[in-house]
Amino acid sequence: MPSEGAAGCGRWSEMLESLLALGGLVLLRDSVEWEGRSFLKALIRKAALSGEQVRILGCEVSEEEFREGFDSDVNSRLVYHDLFRDPLNWSKTGEAPPGGPLGALRAMCKRTDPGPVTIAIDSLSWLLLRQPCTTVCQVLHALSHRTPCPGHSPAVEQVRVLGLLHEELHGPGPVGALSSLAQTEVTLGGTAGLDSAHIVFRRPRQRPTHQTQWFSILPDFSLDLQEGPRLECQPHPDPYTSPVDPTTHLTFNLRLSKKEKEARDGLTLPFQFSSEKQQALLRPGQGQAASHIFYEPDAYDDLDQEDPDDDLDV
Amino acid sequence: MKGMHLPDIRMLLQGASPRSSEMFPELNNLLNTTPDKAEQGKLTLLCDARTDGSFLVHHFLSFYLKANCKVCFVALLQSFSHYNIVAQKLGVSLAAARERGQLVFLEGLKSSVDVFFQAQEDPHPLQFLREASAGNLQPLYEFVREALTPADNGAAAWRCPVLLVDDLSVLLSLGMGAVAVLDFVHYCRATVCCELKGNMVALVHDSGDAEDEENNTLLIGLSHQSHLILRTEGLATGFCKDVHGQLRILWRRPSQSTARRDRSLTFQYKIQDKNVSFFARGMSPAIL
Repeated sequence: MPSEGAAGCGRWSEMLESLLALGGLVLLRDSVEWEGRSFLKALIRKAALSGEQVRILGCEVSEEEFREGFDSDVNSRLVYHDLFRDPLNWSKTGEAPPGGPLGALRAMCKRTDPGPVTIAIDSLSWLLLRQPCTTVCQVLHALSHRTPCPGHSPAVEQVRVLGLLHEELHGPGPVGALSSLAQTEVTLGGTAGLDSAHIVFRRPRQRPTHQTQWFSILPDFSLDLQEGPRLECQPHPDPYTSPVDPTTHLTFNLRLSKKEKEARDGLTLPFQFSSEKQQALLRPGQGQAASHIFYEPDAYDDLDQEDPDDDLDV
Repeated sequence: MKGMHLPDIRMLLQGASPRSSEMFPELNNLLNTTPDKAEQGKLTLLCDARTDGSFLVHHFLSFYLKANCKVCFVALLQSFSHYNIVAQKLGVSLAAARERGQLVFLEGLKSSVDVFFQAQEDPHPLQFLREASAGNLQPLYEFVREALTPADNGAAAWRCPVLLVDDLSVLLSLGMGAVAVLDFVHYCRATVCCELKGNMVALVHDSGDAEDEENNTLLIGLSHQSHLILRTEGLATGFCKDVHGQLRILWRRPSQSTARRDRSLTFQYKIQDKNVSFFARGMSPAIL
């Protein structure tokens, strides 16, 4: 699919901005088929290029692998909290953060420098597999609704949490709980080589809005918006230019003239019991001829005068 | 030549390649790799559903031995002689590789007995068999790390380290939780793939049972960690003499150089005595 050029660049920037604008928790739901780390990195790149500091809780990939593809501008604004190398402290070197991954997250809450900050969690699934869902949700809620630091302006600071969730790993309970915490939800999918993001915005005091966007991610993690997959099956146009009237060429009469209607209404139905009919039946033989049966035997008829029931012993 | 035969459709589809008696050359074509230029730092997940995907284990074992890599094989399913017999058909001797130090072979069936009948000072790699409560696989990870970390003399005798596991579903049936197995794979990946720039190949069975939550968690969790997923499936229509199954190749997390995104291919295959032939769906030479 051809890219949109300059107009396209503006549009993808707008789209990512709209995802980051609401603040709070942005939940990225991916699957084995459609991985979401690239989209997460695209969001991180956008946030970093806007001048923000991005803190990443990295549990699933090494720092080197995560930083791969970002240019130095972006990389200088990323702080990678490495929980990949030794999350369970098996090496016993004491490098693992105290309190484990959730402790590291809570520590991110307590930073003192001002300005908007983006926290990326790679991944929420990693946390959910090892910690109770309620604890994770509580920490996430605390993260995205931070009280302002003492000494700074009382306005709530802009905190944005980008959480990557492998939704196939979890039951509907945890997924639903995280979904209800999220201000924005992006479900990744796609078809025939084109990626899609189904976005749900939950703006305060408004109904949730849905949007589907098709895109492809470039090697530097910028987005290239696409128009959508080419529709292979268009609906067939109506082959009949004028509708055929089904009431022409009938073998029966659909309409009655006024005279025919009157004649029909005056008809006595055979089983309708009127008083005249009652009288006629009670006085048989008046004006009624005896009924006749006319029968003409043909050559093959065998008229047998015997009564076939004679041999019955009744 | 025993009479006339139809042009080899497989060759036309994939381009001719010289036949050799080592590993499965057609599979190498599909994966676009040879022992000389194998990628490093990758986790390959082998998965089978309704069929036996162990031929892929044999392929990768002989592939990496031919590629002059140091291989640590955690073999939980079969005996050493079983793998050795198959490897010999593919042109590799496991016994010789073990003797020259290229292959470290953990024979699960044999050494599990040692856990109970031999006093060990250090925890045995399969120590979890003794533990009543759900433990972790740290001793197994330490065994792998020690086997593949190059010796201090600095001389790089082998190309890169490779960890091969056959298979991870056995660990579930031995009582480990899915998260414990995922943690083990996580640590192995951190050490073998990232730190030592080696590769890892592991086999998991897909029971197809939606009720088996542990296995599903393991399978999906591993899929997300993998760079390459090879999934073999039995044909939905049942057993067929000429088509033994279907192979689906899914490339995830491509490196920057390949810039391929989630490309997936599906082929059908037939396992022969010393080779596996692959063909596009519906294009088996037997039915054309």
